[in-house]
Amino acid sequence: MSWTIEGNTGTWEIVVGLEVHAQVSSQAKLFSGAATAYGAEPNTQVSPVDAGMPGMLPVVNAYCVEQAVRTGLGLKAEINKVSVFERKNYFYPDLPQGYQISQYQHPIVGKGELILDMPDGSQRPIGITRLHLEQDAGKSIHDQGHDTTLIDLNRSGVALMEIVSEPDIRDPEEAVLYMRKLRSILRYLGTCDGNMEEGSLRCDANVSVRKPGQPFGTRCEIKNVNSMRFVARAIEYEARRQVDILESGGVIEQETRLFDSVKGETRSMRSKEEAHDYRYFPDPDLLPLELPDDFVEKIRASLPELPDEKRARFMAEYGLSSYDAGVLVAERETSEYYEEAARHGDPKQAANWIITELFGRLNKAGMDITQSPISAANLGKLLGLIKDGTLSGRLAKDVFTIMFDTGDAPDKIVEERGMKQVTDTGAIEAIVDKLIADNPGQVATVQKNPKVAGWFTGQVMKATGGKANPGVVNEIVAKKLGI
Amino acid sequence: MAIDKATVAKIAHLARLEVPEEQQEHLAKELSGILGWVEQLGEVNTDAVEPLRSVMPITQDWRADEVTDGNRREDVLANAPAQQDGYFVVPKVVE
Amino acid sequence: MSVDLHRLTLAEAKKGLAAREFRAVELTEASIAQMECHRALNAFITETPEQALAMAKAADERIAKGEAGPLEGIPIAVKDLFCTKGIRTTAASNILGNFVPPYESTVTKKLWEAGAVCLGKTSLDQFGMGSANLNSAFGLVKSPWTRPSDAKPLVPGGSSGGSAVAVAARMCLAATGTDTGGSIRQPAAYTGITGIKPTYGRCSRFGIIAYASSLDQAGAFARNVRDSAILLQAMAGHDPNDSTSADLPVPDFTAGIGKSLKGLKIGIPKEYRVEGLSPEIDRLWQQGADWLRAQGAEVKEVSLPHSRYALATYYIIAPAEVSSNLARYDGMRYGLRVEGRNLTETYEKSRGAGFGDEAKRRIMIGTYVLSAGYYDAYYVKAQKVRRILVNNFRKVFEEVDAVLAPTTPTPAFRIGEEPDDPVAMYLNDVFTVTANLTGLPGMSVPAGLSSDGLPLGLQIMGKPWDEPTVLQIGAALEEAAQFNTLPYGIEARA
Repeated sequence: MSWTIEGNTGTWEIVVGLEVHAQVSSQAKLFSGAATAYGAEPNTQVSPVDAGMPGMLPVVNAYCVEQAVRTGLGLKAEINKVSVFERKNYFYPDLPQGYQISQYQHPIVGKGELILDMPDGSQRPIGITRLHLEQDAGKSIHDQGHDTTLIDLNRSGVALMEIVSEPDIRDPEEAVLYMRKLRSILRYLGTCDGNMEEGSLRCDANVSVRKPGQPFGTRCEIKNVNSMRFVARAIEYEARRQVDILESGGVIEQETRLFDSVKGETRSMRSKEEAHDYRYFPDPDLLPLELPDDFVEKIRASLPELPDEKRARFMAEYGLSSYDAGVLVAERETSEYYEEAARHGDPKQAANWIITELFGRLNKAGMDITQSPISAANLGKLLGLIKDGTLSGRLAKDVFTIMFDTGDAPDKIVEERGMKQVTDTGAIEAIVDKLIADNPGQVATVQKNPKVAGWFTGQVMKATGGKANPGVVNEIVAKKLGI
Repeated sequence: MAIDKATVAKIAHLARLEVPEEQQEHLAKELSGILGWVEQLGEVNTDAVEPLRSVMPITQDWRADEVTDGNRREDVLANAPAQQDGYFVVPKVVE
Repeated sequence: MSVDLHRLTLAEAKKGLAAREFRAVELTEASIAQMECHRALNAFITETPEQALAMAKAADERIAKGEAGPLEGIPIAVKDLFCTKGIRTTAASNILGNFVPPYESTVTKKLWEAGAVCLGKTSLDQFGMGSANLNSAFGLVKSPWTRPSDAKPLVPGGSSGGSAVAVAARMCLAATGTDTGGSIRQPAAYTGITGIKPTYGRCSRFGIIAYASSLDQAGAFARNVRDSAILLQAMAGHDPNDSTSADLPVPDFTAGIGKSLKGLKIGIPKEYRVEGLSPEIDRLWQQGADWLRAQGAEVKEVSLPHSRYALATYYIIAPAEVSSNLARYDGMRYGLRVEGRNLTETYEKSRGAGFGDEAKRRIMIGTYVLSAGYYDAYYVKAQKVRRILVNNFRKVFEEVDAVLAPTTPTPAFRIGEEPDDPVAMYLNDVFTVTANLTGLPGMSVPAGLSSDGLPLGLQIMGKPWDEPTVLQIGAALEEAAQFNTLPYGIEARA
């Protein structure tokens, strides 16, 4: 993919790196025993540790460490057996300790890779720079019209994985693909629920522009790009803003900007204007984080099949196209649904039915695959009924609709509503005989021109309410008319 | 390293400490004295030495992922200079 | 009877309580009377006599039922750096205002579970920063000692000056302290009592207001070595709430007390013969070595070649950690808030008004040494030298079991005669900071009097986790020194 901005002075390309904050799906916080559930009453999920009270000390949550390693392995990244929690010092009312415990010089996960599945079926690797564990801050609620801000510390101390990409992204849409793929991997691994609305997955984008072949330009960090829809828009807006500045002779200031999703633009964050000096140093309350010998191997052994491998297997095992396989593996639940359905029928047909029929219906109904009224087993049975000739394609679609509306099994529907395809040659022969006797003119026409024999077939289908097997009908018609 | 008044003001702001201007000169002198004195460490050859990270070789405990705290808003807010509807109230944060 | 109970040692009081010779309430009343009598010394920031009597009453009931804990009914004082649930905890600062912790520090929790009685919270140099207890927002603390020649008030040492005074003036049988650079050992030496800082990680730091996390360690003050061992025993142990607390069994700290030193090797570090060491302290140090030799120990000179850099190392690492540890005192969630015109001003005014001069000085130094461009030159350099210091000791401990040194270079000075130059003040810590930088256990035992009648201490530093040997040697020094002079105003023991 190559995406460029045509400016007055020529062509510009963009350089983007993403910093994604993924909330670890843990019960308790990274360093305290307070809960992490979303939507609780303010300050009810706060321990004295999270409130930065005097003498309180952090103790690391083993599960969060495990999930960081699991995610690292999912990103094919180096795992560092020794990592160090450091303090990032700055003052902010939602930062109770006066520092954020993060990892700086020695993150738990080093270099890795994420493969983008491009629309043309090709693949493009994006480098992962690092993944580290850190604490989330609390929430500031800016009271309109008042001189005060309200602070809720429920989020304070929640475990985040910050996943930093290399500046490898060259197209706003690639950024979206990156986010989708990352979310998919996190959800496969079960390390983050990927819920952007609840803030469990948040994205900051580092954006700069340059003339092709030139060194990187000065970048701006765009904060709070918190939906898939906005990722591309924010980057595109920011890139155009930078090109405008550069082409009118200005310079880009390295700064932090906030994406305003209502206006669709980025704006400078005034409060962050002053130069930061975070004075990182190793947190003396925590010893270096050392992973026991078999820690990484145990997690590696328990990794699920991830989207890339699954996609390759679907292509090899089921003969699916790259595109279909990609669609089916994007969500773990969909891939599981697919494999269950494919066990009962033709795998390619199963893919088609899911991608065209089922997704369409679900979409319309605003449901996801886990809410599908048609179970994977029932869809499989439907495919089985097509394969064994019980249902014609047209009948199957009707049965599918009824299945979606009622949740019933296809065999039950076929049985109860007598929707079985008629393959009984005797019954069909009788109908054909009657048609021949009643329509001598048509018989003559067809015998002169066999290409119009379809008229008889159509009449038989009409007479059987569409339940006759069209192949069988054609055969009988041809035989009886001697064509 | 001699510290001047401007550096004192910068460091004081970084540390969010009000240091009245009339005290900055004196503080600059004191801090310069302390820093000049600790710079004697420059005499020690530390070329092949790794900085110390933990003084005792202790294996640190990890916490199990269990909810063991929380639901004590009264405790959390009890010492707050200002509170409202279960929130801490702080001066307006400008973003 | 009860008028004399405050003179008992902790071990004697335990025995008396067990034998029902007196009740915990009587013992506590005697302590409370002493506290009132010596209130002018300003040892306590918060006295809790009512709570003490209630705890003593409960202790008596447990004793009656035969359920006495190891410190049942023993009245103690607690440095006001330990958070105590429901009792104001100040760190001797204004910034904490009237902070009342909704939790109890692990160490004090263990003490109350062992049956100890809380008399109150003792004064200190703010957040533990100081060597003379002149840096308290609640006024300076006076030593119960004076020079017989002039009776002018002396500093008790610091930072745990209040606890040291409370023990020395017989207001309590023992007290907790914390020691980051000598804050237990130095005031113990200045006030003629015993103070021990165990190995880093021996006592939980959970609920102790942090000064410098990698150096802070809780410890015990008492009137003799055995008492300090008994108190420390109840304080020590692994705590899952402190990642730096050691998951090791706690040995019997009293096991070696009274045993011969035969077979022990004790080192005299030659580099500790520093400039500014008072000749009488040097003589006392020699005397100490002779005493140990006389009790069967092999005493030999050893070398800790980088000792002279310990103090400068300390004064980089401690302020760096302070600058970060004290960032939470920002007037947002608890403590003092001084409103400004905007958020930044509120921060600056609250912290400006809430911290004392020494705290501010160290916050400033720490902020500077961690700031961009200086981090490697100061902080990383100091952590490298710190590793060298650790290695110095590791090597010495291949030759000897412990090291003997003075606790302080001079005896206590008069209030008002403290040096103006902060660096000169810091030199008080020259012999004590090393044990903190290296995490080693260290103890000060009163060993003699200066020519003008003031107590002097000797310090024993031991191998990691080897408090029993430190206490064994301390007890041997105590036995030989027979230090039993009482401070002015505290009558000689009947």
